[in-house]
Amino acid sequence: MRAGEAVIWGALAGVPDPELPFVSVVELGIVRAVEPIPDVAPARGITPARGTDPIPATARWRVVVTPTFSGCPATRVIEADIRTALDAVAPGACEIVTRLAPPWSTDAIAPEARRKLAQAGIAPPAFRCTAAAVTRSGAAAALARGAAAVACPRCGSQHTREVSRFGSTPCKAQFRCDDCLEPFDHFKPH
Amino acid sequence: MTGTGLPPASADALLFDYLLRLADSDIVLAQRLGEWVGKGPVLEEDIAQTNVGLDLLGQGRLWLAYAGEVEARYATRGRDENELAYFRDGSEYRNLLLVEQPNGSYADTLVRQFLYDAWHLRMLDALARSRDERIAAIAAKASKEVRYHVERSSGWVVRLGDGTDESHVRMQRALDALWMYTGELFAADASDDALVAAGIATDVTALREPWRQAVGDVLAEATLAMPSDGWMQGVRGRGGRQGVHSEHLGQLLAVMQSLPRAMPDARW
Repeated sequence: MRAGEAVIWGALAGVPDPELPFVSVVELGIVRAVEPIPDVAPARGITPARGTDPIPATARWRVVVTPTFSGCPATRVIEADIRTALDAVAPGACEIVTRLAPPWSTDAIAPEARRKLAQAGIAPPAFRCTAAAVTRSGAAAALARGAAAVACPRCGSQHTREVSRFGSTPCKAQFRCDDCLEPFDHFKPH
Repeated sequence: MTGTGLPPASADALLFDYLLRLADSDIVLAQRLGEWVGKGPVLEEDIAQTNVGLDLLGQGRLWLAYAGEVEARYATRGRDENELAYFRDGSEYRNLLLVEQPNGSYADTLVRQFLYDAWHLRMLDALARSRDERIAAIAAKASKEVRYHVERSSGWVVRLGDGTDESHVRMQRALDALWMYTGELFAADASDDALVAAGIATDVTALREPWRQAVGDVLAEATLAMPSDGWMQGVRGRGGRQGVHSEHLGQLLAVMQSLPRAMPDARW
């Protein structure tokens, strides 16, 4: 890792998702990359962060982000929060660019974040979306598929059912546990 | 933009118009779904419908933002997404006639959604292979979201079509009434043809059979009869995609655009 990049990643790791404040935008896979921008004028006013490696005066960085769902209202807040965090450690040194391809997937969610989701009462995505899992199928098959392996985050029971594919935010589906009878959110595999 | 055989400015003008066609159907349908907010038949459906509308709005914004950038390449300046959404009149809107039809009952809303979703998914999957990288990226992302839309609306068509006598009658009536707007989904004009030849747009005529197959399967499961193709609206180069709309669009836009037009520089 280049000098300074760790500082940028450190700042990004401290930016929580506005809807899921116990996980960071890095853990959710919203931050795709931090890339050095070569051959540009030196950035002004670089402030080394507390106890971390200082950023060389010439370093500029491109922070690549990707939206989760196209219509997610949190997208703008997330970008503003990232901007604030970056300006705190490296004012004027970072540009934020949005990159759509390849589309964001829940496969990008870090294992640690999956654990945090479950701890917060949100069942993490029940399967990975790469390859065969995402096929075009009938509604009945999809419901069965979605409900197949979603464990209740409260009691651990596998006897759960999908109430609605659409939940409190675009990324979540509404579920219900048939054993403890509690409703819960499932971070839908996407 | 290359490949159309046209001068760059003309080719960009075609692309701009094509992007509006994609954007406007999403925006107008999102607005229609927004009319249901707080009035859904059950809480879960209210939320689901709103989520679908939100996805469409987000996708529409991606298309509009790109349209504005393309416009800037050949016009004096490019309009941003807000200006494009709020300050174009009905005749400048390029959406399909299907999506501007009124919400009616929940049956009308769901049938309209189902017919559109089944088309939208196939359209996006085809556009994901566009030679225009930006179009391909937006389409690939939107397609993942629209998959949920199709599953939801298909599921409801089956439940209500094969539901009570009353729900069945209402669904069939909605289907019969909206069918004449489905011809436009597969009607291409000269502008489409030029972009298809350049590998940028999708040949919608090729989507017709797969769409009929998929729609037919769901309707059969729903015990609903697929209407026969009679008179179709907007298929002879004078439809929503050319800016010729039903009376309903003007009313929809009047609601959607009233605030920004009354206070053009309003900020939250």
